Amino acid sequence: MADPTSERTRPLSPNVQIYRPQLTSVLSIANRITGVVLSGCAVVLVVWLIAAATGPHAYAAVQGAIASWIGQIVLFGATFAFFMHLCGGIRHLVWDTVRGFELRSIYISGWAVVALSVMFTAAVWAVSLCMAGWNR
Amino acid sequence: MIIRSSDQVPRVTALKRFPVPRNFGVSPESRIEKGKTWSAPSGAARAKSFEIYRYDPDSGDNPRLDTFEVDLDDCGPMVLDALFWIKNKVDSTLTFRRSCREGICGSCAMNMDGTNWLACTRFISDLGMPATIYPLANMRVIKDLVPDLTHVFAQYAMIEPWLQSKTPDPDAERLQSREQRSRLDGYYECILCFCCTSGCPSHWWNGDRFLGPAVLLQAWRWLAESRDDATGDRLDILEDPFRLYRCHTILNCTRTCPKGLNPGKAIAEIKKQMIERQS
Repeated sequence: MADPTSERTRPLSPNVQIYRPQLTSVLSIANRITGVVLSGCAVVLVVWLIAAATGPHAYAAVQGAIASWIGQIVLFGATFAFFMHLCGGIRHLVWDTVRGFELRSIYISGWAVVALSVMFTAAVWAVSLCMAGWNR
Repeated sequence: MIIRSSDQVPRVTALKRFPVPRNFGVSPESRIEKGKTWSAPSGAARAKSFEIYRYDPDSGDNPRLDTFEVDLDDCGPMVLDALFWIKNKVDSTLTFRRSCREGICGSCAMNMDGTNWLACTRFISDLGMPATIYPLANMRVIKDLVPDLTHVFAQYAMIEPWLQSKTPDPDAERLQSREQRSRLDGYYECILCFCCTSGCPSHWWNGDRFLGPAVLLQAWRWLAESRDDATGDRLDILEDPFRLYRCHTILNCTRTCPKGLNPGKAIAEIKKQMIERQS
């Protein structure tokens, strides 16, 4: 038997490595990730504005980057991140008033955040693609 | 899938665990190694595999994951019955806490198939194949499925969980109205099994200073107490960037509580009371 006075560090039982992802934790981490993404997007927005203020060549360069297929994918992701973070933020504001804490309400509002972000993103892109089509 | 109560087992989740490496951020002494496999007794018609976390402090070895095949026709319906079956018939060194076997003592709290619950009230049939059984997540392990709860109980002591009255002791009981008593419903039932605290990602990362859902639910139980006069002192203890405000309303706590309580709501009540006393 080991000496009980010897100080061997006890192992830590696994946490994130084994804990099952659930709507609660997945939406929480999604809210954080989208917040980080939006901070990055704010920088891109500033670059776009500076380019617009600098002159036609700079503006055309940035606009060309956004119009490329990589730029369009990033823009689509940014749109989704914006709506996800917006809906998630409103959910948190409601929670701050101590409402909607029953497990059923938590799941209904959680799935509503997912559904609304998808719908808003689709709507914004449908409208903007239609407008782009008319202007062409 | 809309979850109505915390006893609903997640049958269909896209992932069984987060997409991180098995030993993500794990210190050398906590790495889990491959263990032994114990086959079902010959003639077992219905065998089910259980992958169980083992750690023997006397061996000096790292924790390991043993696989036990349990004969379901010879075993009771609950996960605790399967653990007893293994201890009685296969490996008597398997160590776990248990007492009441009816969900009121909170001793057999552990992580089964990735969520925390009481082994005595979780049906074996609710678990996948193989069933995975770990001690409560993010706890120092004493042996096998027995976690060291010293730290979380020290955090519990920090909120001074006893009646603090400034009025002189009455001759009889201190009375409450029905309304005053009903404010404690949903909070006094907590059995301190620490399923919620162990399932809280905020407590995983900041458990040294964040009190965690179980302790904060108890804090609210005493804040909501009509006979208690120490409300201001209690809020002073909690008013801290870490102790209370590391709660980011993830709500894994409410999802996992085996008593169907709502630690997330209790914490929101504390935050609201904290704001109200400032105005």
